[in-house]
Formats: sequence, C-alpha cells, structure tokens
Amino acid sequence: MTAATTTTSADRIDERTLVIRVRGDVTAASEGALMAAYAQAGEKTRTIVLDFSGLEYMNSGGIGLLVTLLVRANRQKQKLLACGLNDHYKQIFELTRLDEAIGIHETETAALAATKG
Amino acid sequence: MPAGAINLNVAGRRLVGPVQGFGQLWQKTYRVRLGSSIEPADVIREWRTNYARFWPAGNRFYAPPTGLEPGDVAVINAASVGGVQVSTGIRVIYADDESFTFMSAEGHPAAGMITFSATRDDAGVIAQVQLLIRANDPFYDLMLPIYGHRAEDQVWIKTLGALAAHFGAPAEVTMERTLVDRRRNWAEAKNLWQNAAIRSGLYMAGRPVRWARRLFGRRG
Repeated sequence: MTAATTTTSADRIDERTLVIRVRGDVTAASEGALMAAYAQAGEKTRTIVLDFSGLEYMNSGGIGLLVTLLVRANRQKQKLLACGLNDHYKQIFELTRLDEAIGIHETETAALAATKG
Repeated sequence: MPAGAINLNVAGRRLVGPVQGFGQLWQKTYRVRLGSSIEPADVIREWRTNYARFWPAGNRFYAPPTGLEPGDVAVINAASVGGVQVSTGIRVIYADDESFTFMSAEGHPAAGMITFSATRDDAGVIAQVQLLIRANDPFYDLMLPIYGHRAEDQVWIKTLGALAAHFGAPAEVTMERTLVDRRRNWAEAKNLWQNAAIRSGLYMAGRPVRWARRLFGRRG
C-alpha cells in the first residue's frame, strides 16, 4: 500500500474547540496521522474543526476515514465541522452526502463562529 | 437497457452513504493475490472495462459500455431470496488507475461505499474489494444475519475468484469483517419506504396483472 503523505496538527482554540489542520493527501493510509490528531481532543472537546486548506488529494479511502472519524466523534457527542475545502472536494462531500453530517464552512473563522451559535 | 433487464428503483433516487443507512456500520475487506506478472493499473483497467463479466451468475450489472467513469450510473438486477430479482443501482463516485468506488442508490440493501482497488506488495499484485456499509433499512438489517452477510460474501468471493481466474491466478480469497459502529441510525428507519427488494418483489408479483392488461388491451 502506498504510504500517505498526510501531516496533521491540532490547535486548541478553547476548552471545547479543537482545530485539526490536514495537509497533503488523505487516503486510507492516513489513519495514523488523523487519529493521532483526534486523540488530542480530550473529554471536554465538543467541536472539532477539520481545516482542509492544505489538502492536496483525497480519495474514497480518505472519505471512509472521515466516516470512521465521524463515528468516533459522535460516540463522544462531539460535532465535526470542515473548512477550507476547494470546490471539487465540496462537491465530493455533497455527492457522498458527508455534508449532512459534517458542516461545511468556507473559512476557519466561519466554522468557529458557527460553534458559538 | 437490454431486453430482460428490470430498470426499477434507480431513476430519481439519491445516493445513500454510510452516514445515511440504518444498520450497524461494517467494514468488509475481500482480497485475492493475482501474481507478479501484471501491474495494478492493468487490473483496474480490465475490471473497469469489463466489470459485469466478473459478477456471479444470476446477477446482472448494466452500465454504459465505455467502462466505468465517475458519474456513471449502473442498474443492478441481483438474485435474491425466493427468486426475486432485486432491481437497484449504484453510481461511480471515483475512478482512476488504482481504484474505483461505487455508492448505493436509495433502496439498495447496503447504504455506503464499495471501493475496488489493486496494489502491489513484495509478493505481487493484490486485488481488493472493500465495503463501508450499513443495512439501508430495518428490513435489510433483520435479514443480515439470516441471509445478507452470507450472500454478500458470496458475491465478492466469486467476483474476486473470477478476476483471479482471468489473470491466471488461484482463486484464494481472504475476508476480514470489522464492526465500525455498533449503533443503529433509528432516524433512518424511514428508508424502509424505498426498499428495493420489497418494491422489486411487488413488481414481479404484478407481472400477471400487467400481462393480462396488455393482452386485453390488444384485444380491446
């Protein structure tokens, strides 16, 4: 299996909000990087914003990984949001109806504003 | 559509992914080794071009003749319990040299994604079918332990077996099954309304009536 060139970093905004920045490719091989970032969420986190502005490529394996992340987040009663998707990947989220479970926002600012609402 | 094909439960239907289904979320992975004399791209090219050829007998896959491209819609007529031919469909959401992915139409037994891929490791090329699916509604969910899991396994084991035979490899298919989410989406129980198996069964049961209408319509 091809190794994914995924890098992630997690920025804590406040006690309840974490931003995970995703860079590079997201495929099935990205599980380690993505879950390592998610592991920093902790019990008090209620919202996780996935920043895809550094995303270069994502395939269906990557979509499947996001579904798994969504399942884990829902188990912890956490909400997932996404920002920074280009038009192509916004369409992919809409086509796969992933946007019905992961709220999509243009920018990180917009996503964070939505957490306050 | 070719003569004899049943084209139901596809037009006007939305796609249903692993988020929209009712039942528990399963990841199922089927693999077969194809040897080292071919390349993954050769496998995918053949599979996309002649997808229906590798399906088990009794099941039909009707797709555009140009090979599977993103956006293509295919009608499936699948053999099911009691001789019912379940008519449903899929849409190709991804396709490239290394893999292609289907997503189900509303009413399909499995809500989710199926990815077909070929990769190479030190021992050669591996063809894989990976499902990330939920039973679409409570009826399919009830049938899973009785019939669904076994039927699904048979489809993909036979498909990969046929693919292996095409490339001259032994049909030794391995299978892994992982329960990703044991919770059910009760809000999606309403998917039952779109159930393609039930609708297909009712359509087949109505054949005598349609035949009589055509007969008396001609005479009248």
